[in-house]
Amino acid sequence: MQSTSHAFKDNARAALANQTLQKAMRHVKTGFIDKRAKARARLPEFDALRDVARDIKNHTLANLDFYLERYEEKVIASGGQVHWAPTAEDAVKAVLDICRRVDARVVTKGKSMISEEIALNQAMERAGLDVVETDLGEYIIQLRKEPPSHIIAPAVHLTKEQVEADFRHHHRELPPERALGEPVQLVAEARQMLRRRFLEADVGITGANFLVAETGTSIIVTNEGNGDLTQTLPRVHIVVASLEKVVPTLEDVSTILRVLARSATGQEFSSYTTFSTGPRRPEDPDGPEEYHVILLDNGRSNMLGGQFQDMLRCIRCGACMNHCPVYHAVGGHAYGWVYPGPMGAVLTPNLIGVDEAGHLPNASTFCGRCEAVCPMRIPLPKMMRHWREREFERHLTPATVRSGLALWAFFARRPKLYRFATGLQARLLGRLGRAAGRFDALPFARGWTRHRDFPAPEGRTFQQLWAERQKGGRR
Amino acid sequence: MSSARQQILASVRRSLRRAEPSAETRAELEQRLAAPTANLIPQRAQLPHAEQLDLMEAMLQELKATVVRLPGEAAVPQAVADYLKSENLPPKLRLAPRDDLRHLPWDSAPLLEVEEGIAEADDATSLTGAFAGIAETGTLMMASGPEAPTTLNFLPENHIVVLRTSQVIGSYEEAWQRLRAALGPGVMPRAVNMITGPSRTGDIEQTILLGAHGPRRLHVLLVDDRDSG
Repeated sequence: MQSTSHAFKDNARAALANQTLQKAMRHVKTGFIDKRAKARARLPEFDALRDVARDIKNHTLANLDFYLERYEEKVIASGGQVHWAPTAEDAVKAVLDICRRVDARVVTKGKSMISEEIALNQAMERAGLDVVETDLGEYIIQLRKEPPSHIIAPAVHLTKEQVEADFRHHHRELPPERALGEPVQLVAEARQMLRRRFLEADVGITGANFLVAETGTSIIVTNEGNGDLTQTLPRVHIVVASLEKVVPTLEDVSTILRVLARSATGQEFSSYTTFSTGPRRPEDPDGPEEYHVILLDNGRSNMLGGQFQDMLRCIRCGACMNHCPVYHAVGGHAYGWVYPGPMGAVLTPNLIGVDEAGHLPNASTFCGRCEAVCPMRIPLPKMMRHWREREFERHLTPATVRSGLALWAFFARRPKLYRFATGLQARLLGRLGRAAGRFDALPFARGWTRHRDFPAPEGRTFQQLWAERQKGGRR
Repeated sequence: MSSARQQILASVRRSLRRAEPSAETRAELEQRLAAPTANLIPQRAQLPHAEQLDLMEAMLQELKATVVRLPGEAAVPQAVADYLKSENLPPKLRLAPRDDLRHLPWDSAPLLEVEEGIAEADDATSLTGAFAGIAETGTLMMASGPEAPTTLNFLPENHIVVLRTSQVIGSYEEAWQRLRAALGPGVMPRAVNMITGPSRTGDIEQTILLGAHGPRRLHVLLVDDRDSG
């Protein structure tokens, strides 16, 4: 998809002023957080499992070449095929080649962020295929021709009134007087509309939450059952997965599954966790005749061994964005590409470049909630800091910020001067602000005071207070 | 061997700053795959069997599935008929083609219309067995095969499952052990479906609703088979 990450500031400003979006986002701020907290409290081993999950992925990444080769061997042994795709274009081409060879017309899809990353739907539509998203949220945004705004809840930015309007507009064959005001009616209508499409599809495409090297298995984790209908009913099942999804054994994946759903939706386990290994066996009464895996790199192998390797542990649960005050405020579309929130702020510059996505690592207050809730213990704030450093080194930071930082660095390198200057500043501001206790305007700080007051200092600096407290004994 | 494959593997090794894994490392990793060991298993998954049955039942109910305990498999046909009647569903079943279900005393529920096979588009209710019941999260594990078509788990709006008490275990890891014992190490059926409650969605304003695309109702008949061994 075409990125608008470079326009993050404008996107965010528009999002803050969008009343409908703000109304829809209210559900995100409490729902996900409460549910995760409850699920965590119910499983005393939860945090210990996070450590184990992290170690499993670290081990896998350190031996990724071995596990990828073993995974491929097992897929082939079970009658499936693996298509290695260094770039997004390679992956799209592999999918289109298969669709062409089997003379496909209708293609159903389970939810897949990788297919968003490689812009698969657009390419398939250009090739004349009838592409149908079957996850309810994805179906809604496909009708609206929008990208997802959340990695597990793609339509979280919409209200039920908007969905009702879309359904009335697109489902013209249904009686216009039907009741459609409640979510239960909307879900029933989507079920009815998509049922026919599941049955007529020639090819089903899903993503993968995990790939298992031990058995050559791909795994999808869903709640609706659409992914299973997508991959069971058509003649051909294509899995699009990125290469860091591999884990060694079924035991390893079981450990990670224990933290996935709890972190994502607060469920103990998602409704459907499906392990697919190859095509239909000779004696099987149903299932696809062909099974293909598109194994995508698209820049990930370059992240190994460097500052961003930890990001490859990500299992796409969405907990980081569910807990992010910036995501809550602006929603997912403001980030401008496929992956929003803290995980997107780290991953997007890796995949499409810091020149395009340099604003995203700055869209954080470093409050640390994302890292605190990450089931894979990914140090997201640290990695956002790495991007900020690179941005600075590459002179992508605006001139005013650079000169401001240079001025601050001049003082910071000279401790006596720093103490003198900050002491002076604190005394001066303390005296000037004593009456009001705050400033509603300050020179050089308009960026702050435009939207909120600046609290007046009480006359002494942090360092002075600290020194006094040390002298007076710890209280 | 494709060049794309070589290109990706070379890039992985370049980033990891090493050549192909040494024979020694390879042997260690092969061993890890050949003899998989369990990681941390929660206490909740390690209860005595009687408590596991209770946990299985409690978790299923929490998930908005329904459970009935039956003293033996002979009670299944009548229990199915009762359930369909209580939910106002047509007395028609699509049965998984397996001997133990086929040979149930269906005569005891004469109004039930029972047909075997894979799911058809207009089937309202399916009846299947299960490979295991995992008490930890109330999860049913289905292993596909000639006796267990996958479509029966997803296409009908109502799914009834016969689960035997001897099939109820504590953890996912125990289920993998049982599967390996049944099929051989490293071998999987085409599909293993872990089913945890009915189909659901929260995609519209985070309102959780049942029956998005898969079954709206999941009904488990927990059959006591402790005496039959």
